[in-house]
Amino acid sequence: MCLGIPVKVVEIEKNTAKVDVGGALREIALDLCPDVSVGEYVLLHSGFAIQKLDEEEAKETLDLLRQLAEVS
Amino acid sequence: MRFIDEFRDRELAKALIEKIRQTSKRPVQLMEVCGTHTVSIFRYGIRGVLPEHIKLLSGPGCPVCVTPNRDIDLAIALSRQRDVILVIFGDMVRVPGSSSNLLREKAEGRDIRIVYSPLEALKIASEHPDRKVVFFAIGFETTSPTIAVTVERAREQRISNLFFLNSQKVVPPAIRALLQSKRLNVDGFILPGHVSTIIGTKPYQFIATEFRRPAVVTGFEPLDILQGIWMLVRQVEENRADVEIQYRRVVREDGNPLAKNKLKEIYEEADGHWRGLGTIPGSGYRFREPYRAMDARTFNVDVEPSKEHPECRCGEVLQGVTTPLECRLFKVVCHPENPIGPCMVSIEGTCFTYYKYQ
Repeated sequence: MCLGIPVKVVEIEKNTAKVDVGGALREIALDLCPDVSVGEYVLLHSGFAIQKLDEEEAKETLDLLRQLAEVS
Repeated sequence: MRFIDEFRDRELAKALIEKIRQTSKRPVQLMEVCGTHTVSIFRYGIRGVLPEHIKLLSGPGCPVCVTPNRDIDLAIALSRQRDVILVIFGDMVRVPGSSSNLLREKAEGRDIRIVYSPLEALKIASEHPDRKVVFFAIGFETTSPTIAVTVERAREQRISNLFFLNSQKVVPPAIRALLQSKRLNVDGFILPGHVSTIIGTKPYQFIATEFRRPAVVTGFEPLDILQGIWMLVRQVEENRADVEIQYRRVVREDGNPLAKNKLKEIYEEADGHWRGLGTIPGSGYRFREPYRAMDARTFNVDVEPSKEHPECRCGEVLQGVTTPLECRLFKVVCHPENPIGPCMVSIEGTCFTYYKYQ
């Protein structure tokens, strides 16, 4: 039940955003995560954005794993 | 970056599995607290690629499964009121209560509606001002802020026919209860990534400081889970007990402060009643005074005395002390078409997951 999926913000109007869910557009509420811009990814849970995804952190995690793969 | 495929890379997964093998020497039992983790672990075959001395236990992290019969019976009783529309999340519809379930009640003509977001309950209430709309609120900290926003909007929009059967749960006190029960030997915790998205890491510090167990907030893709396990076994081998974050692209140390504030505005801590774990202080919510008129528990309805199936071991499965394979009913009379307990109903229930993947 705690499933959350990363979705891309396509359009913002007040505290509602249109997001791309596997090619389909859906409206979600931004009450819990208002500081987002078009083009950014948010985590979608029960009709709400609950957090913004941090691309820098994601890259750092993947870089770390690639380094592990190289040394092992 | 799409934040999904990148974290399913086969070569990086192989490297992590190798790292886990190199690092881990001691036998360990790790618990994944969250049902969404249980599903990912089975779906990606993670148990099968770990060294034999690393055991994974499934924990109590399925809100549907831990909802006690008395709340399901109350929801059923509410749905039988002529002026009530009961609004629920889909996972709840087939969960057996003491003598019925909501799907059967729906078939018998009760007005029960399934929604994906609590905001839909608000819409239903505004479209049916002559009916009492009751939202059966279940979920952990991931979901509770979305319910809090719904409560807040109902008040702002002066919608007076929307009520909430609050049955949400708070996760850290349940982990404390598991550690205190001593029935269970857990060497480390794979902590729920999306609960932590809201609450951050501070509420888990006791796991490290009081109980000296490592804990890692982990994401849900295969690389996340493997990296989380690697971070845990590294702590074990280094004799460390810290609360670390693997899922850094989503989880911040202080969580989502806005969501936490919304929760605090609407709710105060209360006893939480869990299937299997019993009553745990501070693990549930009650409306703060300004919102109590929206509490569906104040409705005057007759609820049957709740009873459990005598042989269903869901309660023990939720505590991680029994696996579904040890239950006499599993696969014999209890299967997804005829679930005896909620762990076989929910798509994140441990019994359902074992049935599907084992």
